[in-house]
Amino acid sequence: MRVLRGEALMAKEVKDFKEVNKGLTEENAVLEALRCMNCVIPHCVKGCPVGIDIPGFILKVAEKDFEGAAAVIKADNMLPAICGRVCPQESQCEGECILAKKEKPVAIGALERYVADREREHGMKLPEVAAPTGKHVAVVGSGPAGLTAAAELARFGHKVTVFESLHEAGGVLTYGIPEFRLPKAIVKAEIEQVKALGVEIRLNHLVGRSVTVEELLGYDAVFLGTGAGLPYFMGIEGENLNGVYSANEFLTRVNLMHANCFPEFDTPVKRGCKAVVVGGGNVAMDAARVARRLGAAVTLVYRRREDDLPARAVEVKNAHEEGVEFLCCANPVRVVGETAVEGVECVRMEMCEADESGRPKPTCIEGSEFTLEADVFIEAIGQGPNPLLVSMIPGLERERRGNLVVDEDGQTTVARVYAAGDAATGAATVIWAMGSAKSAAAAIDKALKEE
Amino acid sequence: MYQVEEATQLSENVYQIWVHAPQVARHARAGQFLIIRVDETGERIPLTISATKGDSVRVIYMTVGKTTELLATKKEGDVLSDVVGPLGTPSEIKNYGTVVVIGGGVGIASTPIIAREAKEAGNHVIGIIGARNKDLLILEDEMEEVCDELFITTDDGSKGVHGFASTVLEDLLKERKIDCVWIVGPAIMMKVTSRVTIPYKVKTFVSLNPIMVDGTGMCGSCRVTVGGETKFACVDGPEFDAHQVDFDSLMQRQRMYTDEEQEAREHFHHHDHHGGCGCCGGKH
Ligand SMILES: Cc1cc2nc3c(=O)[nH]c(=O)nc-3n(C[C@H](O)[C@H](O)[C@H](O)COP(=O)(O)OP(=O)(O)OC[C@H]3O[C@@H](n4cnc5c(N)ncnc54)[C@H](O)[C@@H]3O)c2cc1C
Ligand SMILES: Cc1cc2nc3c(=O)[nH]c(=O)nc-3n(C[C@H](O)[C@H](O)[C@H](O)COP(=O)(O)OP(=O)(O)OC[C@H]3O[C@@H](n4cnc5c(N)ncnc54)[C@H](O)[C@@H]3O)c2cc1C
Ligand code: SF4
Ligand code: SF4
Ligand code: FES
Repeated sequence: MRVLRGEALMAKEVKDFKEVNKGLTEENAVLEALRCMNCVIPHCVKGCPVGIDIPGFILKVAEKDFEGAAAVIKADNMLPAICGRVCPQESQCEGECILAKKEKPVAIGALERYVADREREHGMKLPEVAAPTGKHVAVVGSGPAGLTAAAELARFGHKVTVFESLHEAGGVLTYGIPEFRLPKAIVKAEIEQVKALGVEIRLNHLVGRSVTVEELLGYDAVFLGTGAGLPYFMGIEGENLNGVYSANEFLTRVNLMHANCFPEFDTPVKRGCKAVVVGGGNVAMDAARVARRLGAAVTLVYRRREDDLPARAVEVKNAHEEGVEFLCCANPVRVVGETAVEGVECVRMEMCEADESGRPKPTCIEGSEFTLEADVFIEAIGQGPNPLLVSMIPGLERERRGNLVVDEDGQTTVARVYAAGDAATGAATVIWAMGSAKSAAAAIDKALKEE
Repeated sequence: MYQVEEATQLSENVYQIWVHAPQVARHARAGQFLIIRVDETGERIPLTISATKGDSVRVIYMTVGKTTELLATKKEGDVLSDVVGPLGTPSEIKNYGTVVVIGGGVGIASTPIIAREAKEAGNHVIGIIGARNKDLLILEDEMEEVCDELFITTDDGSKGVHGFASTVLEDLLKERKIDCVWIVGPAIMMKVTSRVTIPYKVKTFVSLNPIMVDGTGMCGSCRVTVGGETKFACVDGPEFDAHQVDFDSLMQRQRMYTDEEQEAREHFHHHDHHGGCGCCGGKH
């Protein structure tokens, strides 16, 4: 067990929400591109869920044809500036790169980001749009899945209306992933691109309420990209004390509502002096790093070992550098306080024999209770699909965990209704959401054209 | 952008506005609410849908802090950045027999729409509306029109029965068979009033008003304890079985941001812009 107390005290102060990882310079981008060997069988492409022609675009970067490079990427990925930043490249494209085994893989993500950023700064080019087909498709949700499906369908010539319940489009890209990892100006610019293809985005429309199920099923086809936005709670004592947040709420208050700028912005958030975050994924890292920026000393409690952390290695590293203290092999059992959080009681965990997932099972050590002082407690233990709309559509089947049942084309158990992204796969990644949305859009197009 | 079509002051600190919001107005049912964000830097605040007319919807609100005070400055022709709804599960309306619909203070805003739907479902509808004094009573005419019987109470006796809605309710329960009760008002009023129906085992609904953010089941800010279970008021409610609700926890959570609310209000009145946060792009 590694408990990193002490180190946190030496960490630099982090206050601003400016992007942490700076991009490549032109010179570095070209040098990096020259490292690519243009493999005849490029393994990297197999690692990319949307199958970008990676050697193709990298070759153009090496030739300094940045516009050409952007066009190659855009053929498969409408949101490259976002993916270049948030894709878990180490386990996708870069993980498969032939150079990964020898030295370091080609920095595919950073190159993709460079090309996309440069294109945005020099004026973006839109892909061609086919002649109107006269078909009208409804897309529910404007996260990466909904935006991708909308862009693809618009390119095929279909009329597309996207419904989004929040007052801003983007889904998790807007309300979940913080500014310092994904600047919102970039998300907005990429959304503008989708709109420029003729897609209409209707904000403040909660489908199932503002738009009825009958109205929805009146469209020629429906794409559900409603995501996995339902926060899970641990179900422990004291969870309703003031100062206890789901990571979703904490991050939404800051990212969507700008509570970090309170009172210039009206939405408040408890900044806390001592924040405890429970969880070990990307969401937990984001919550911890946001809490640090709001000025709290942050302890992240995770029930397994540090090596088991499911978050991306780079996020864990950044969290460490920003002074987040990691308390692994521990688990909260009770939130202590009168009306507000005063502490979080935890137990120590030990690793037992492997469970179904092949990982050792954490079990609590009897009598090992201890209490961490805290005034804010954030739970980042996972999210499930939001049941609101899907439970209202007759015949729409869901599996045990609430994910929509779909075939490889994203077709649900209801005719003309397709789904992709987190709503179908459970909480996954931006690029998986986009990849599955792209296949669903192709299937919708095929079905509509066959009619 | 959503246009304000009519704005009126109803009493000292209670206002009513009609807003053009077709997607809300066309589908709204009794017991549902909407969320308003007044402007680009605003908070999302939930308000009950009090009436609809064509593509417009009415809300009635009390000025209690920054956002409601800002809303009160909006006049006919002004616009609100965002309106989303209808949110929440509609009231469980059916033919119960005799029902009582109680509104306390600004909670009266919710009652005409519930009373009307209950009436349309075939119920004999008794209304009770109560306020601190006669100047704070609202929607008396509307309730008069839709209810079969209407009782008025004031804490100071300036109009109607001198006392609380709970007293009138208790008398009604003693003298005849009541099949269902709705109570909408401040948490403490709902807590006290709903206790009255326990011995009579009458189904009683209350409309809970915890702090909300998205209103779509995504954040958990609105969680309340009902029958020992955690529920999200914005999607599972806002109406719940009163006898199962943990009102003390609700009231405690409503006070979560007392200090911040005070700060927001002071900031609003002094309007001193600190700047430098970068969020508003220096526009304000
Ligand atoms: C904090 C956080 C950090 C993450 N970090 C990463 C990362 O670094 N890299 C990565 O690849 N992935 C990351 N993920 C996961 C990734 O964001 C998701 O897998 C991805 O956003 C899923 O996309 P989606 O379009 O399916 O759903 P979402 O992005 O969840 O979008 C769904 C949208 O649908 C809307 N909606 C839902 N129901 C309705 C309805 N009935 N009517 C209208 N609108 C509705 C919602 O408001 C939302 O805007 C992270 C997730 C979180 C929460
Ligand atoms: C489902 C529902 C229906 C409601 N209907 C009405 C109504 O018809 N008329 C009416 O006058 N009020 C209603 N409210 C309460 C109303 O939302 C609050 O009065 C309003 O948010 C106060 O905002 P403020 O900035 O003016 O005040 P603040 O100074 O921010 O807060 C004053 C009080 O309002 C509560 N509050 C603050 N922010 C929120 C929020 N985001 N969500 C919910 N409550 C909050 C706090 O508990 C606090 O005690 C309703 C609340 C809910 C949940
Ligand atoms: S989209 Fe993601 S996985 Fe595909 S090449 Fe880009 S960074 Fe790699
Ligand atoms: S596997 Fe690596 S070296 Fe080969 S083409 Fe892909 S990025 Fe270039
Ligand atoms: S207000 Fe966010 S879940 Fe109810």
